[in-house]
Amino acid sequence: MKRAEFVIIGAGPAGLRAAKSLLDAGAKVLIIDRSDLLGGQLTKQTHMFFGSEKQHASKRGIDILKLMVDAIIEHENLEIITNATVVGLYKDFVIGYVKADVYYKIQADSIILATGASEKAIPFENNDLPGVYAAGAVQTLMNVYGVKPGEKVLMVGSGNIGLIVAYQLMQAGVEVVKLIEAASHIGGYLVHASKIKRLGVDICTNMSVKRALGKDHVEAVEIWKLDAQWKGIEGTEETLEVDTICMAVGLAPLTELLQQLGAEVKYVRELGGNVPVINQQFKTSIDGVYACGDVAGIEEASSAMMAGEIAGIEAALSRGYDVENAANRLNELREDLSNLRNGPHGEKIRAGLAKLGVL
Amino acid sequence: MIEKTGVPSKDLIESIFPDKVVLKKPKAIIECYKEIPCNPCSTSCPFDAIHVPEDINVRPEIDFDKCTGCGICVYNCPGLAITVMQLQNGKVSIKLPYEFTPLPTVGEMVNVMNRAGEVITKGEITKVQLTDKMNKTALIHMVIDEIYLHEAITIEVKHGR
Amino acid sequence: MRIKEHPILTFEAKEEIQFYYNGERIVGYRGDTIASALHAAGVKKLSESIHQQRPRGFYCAIGNCASCNMEVNGVPNVRTCITPLEANMDVRQQVGKGRVR
Repeated sequence: MKRAEFVIIGAGPAGLRAAKSLLDAGAKVLIIDRSDLLGGQLTKQTHMFFGSEKQHASKRGIDILKLMVDAIIEHENLEIITNATVVGLYKDFVIGYVKADVYYKIQADSIILATGASEKAIPFENNDLPGVYAAGAVQTLMNVYGVKPGEKVLMVGSGNIGLIVAYQLMQAGVEVVKLIEAASHIGGYLVHASKIKRLGVDICTNMSVKRALGKDHVEAVEIWKLDAQWKGIEGTEETLEVDTICMAVGLAPLTELLQQLGAEVKYVRELGGNVPVINQQFKTSIDGVYACGDVAGIEEASSAMMAGEIAGIEAALSRGYDVENAANRLNELREDLSNLRNGPHGEKIRAGLAKLGVL
Repeated sequence: MIEKTGVPSKDLIESIFPDKVVLKKPKAIIECYKEIPCNPCSTSCPFDAIHVPEDINVRPEIDFDKCTGCGICVYNCPGLAITVMQLQNGKVSIKLPYEFTPLPTVGEMVNVMNRAGEVITKGEITKVQLTDKMNKTALIHMVIDEIYLHEAITIEVKHGR
Repeated sequence: MRIKEHPILTFEAKEEIQFYYNGERIVGYRGDTIASALHAAGVKKLSESIHQQRPRGFYCAIGNCASCNMEVNGVPNVRTCITPLEANMDVRQQVGKGRVR
């Protein structure tokens, strides 16, 4: 069987940054990703990032991705397998993946899971109609493939993803008819909310979807007001003519492979669902297996990059590699990460990490 | 109100504006009302006029004595939350960030929007800047009547691509 | 439904690729996934639910949700949202769980 020293599953911000740390330490790295593009969700982030200069703040996500890829792509110790889906992860660190209908196996010494997350949905009548799309998926369709999801969109969810994708829909020439939010307050950054509101997109809180209308695809949507218990109020229905309903209602970590491996997983609502129990080193309950990025708790791309770098350094150290200035760099990264999580928008993640015992 | 609709209250808006005398020269007006982990306004400022402390969640503070109204923070702010405003002869000169196509052209009269997304007046475009270092965020210069100082925030996006 | 003008991104003219959707000839671009090419051509319904035959379309775009599974070149359950488009692909809406030919 083919062997690899370090295998990273997922080539998003966490995986790519972990790869950089390991390569810098002199290790050999194999990255596997199911898409044909490197970068995970960074491939479509056309907006400027927040944070500080160290996290490339003010640069656009797509430009940050280019920097990250350029930093490793020519490295002789790096192997990348794209269009390959990892379908099995076993206790002897055998990784099974499928590429072009062929099943391959590879055995690793150490594994870093950076599998990211999947978008959630919410229940309503006809929520399976074509035209009801996840917000991140719409972003991919527009910003990676240059295809509009439709002409008139209802955005559901006012977290940063909902607010940012609403803005990006407008940049693509799509009309955003309204943005609704079930909670009583806007969830994402207010600067993002103000940015779409001043261009004429109404943001309505305490509102949700009652049902989608249409036969083969969405032709309209009925929305209604919610009471304090988030129950729809009869008589408050409003029908909007839209061809797309964009769901930005949260993300769930993709922990299936970790569970297959037998790593300890815990349900932590604040982190998005089932997350691996990790320690300060981003090591899971299994020696030699690390988890970083959204798979270890839903956060921002900036934090995923820092987590990836920490996981990469720790994984290298654990196998005896000499990482230059490791202690200082790890301290600095941990400080930056906690700084990023320090504000009111970091409250949820702090609560989640406290439940995991890593804060 | 802003946390429900995205529209800041009148008090909130007025709290970020300096005295009208100060606005005889162009000054950055920063609409960053809630703590978020972000500091490019501060690090991009060549005049050390905007400060965000080590805890980058703290809201930026501007020193209007040092601010020259150059507009560099306007296109560096990831939240597009900064404009530059100046009062001149009963008019307001505004520099605002813009990320839509097509860009307006110099001399064009455009619809000016308030923070609630309503068209409030017409403005004349006086300059359109978009260089490589601005990385796709254009700086639109526009002149409007002084009475809209606290209301005008952006221009209407042209549809029909 | 292609984006022609964009303030941040440039969508350069790409090589056109012909493929088949339920036997009908459709044009997509090199670099498309099967699903993005179909969507651009106005095809929103990609599959049907197994028991009630309800229409299903694109949902996650990361190869996770199975809503876009189609039969491609006779192979069922191909995740069209992450499968690159190739010339002359025979893409079909599959029936039920699909048949292995």
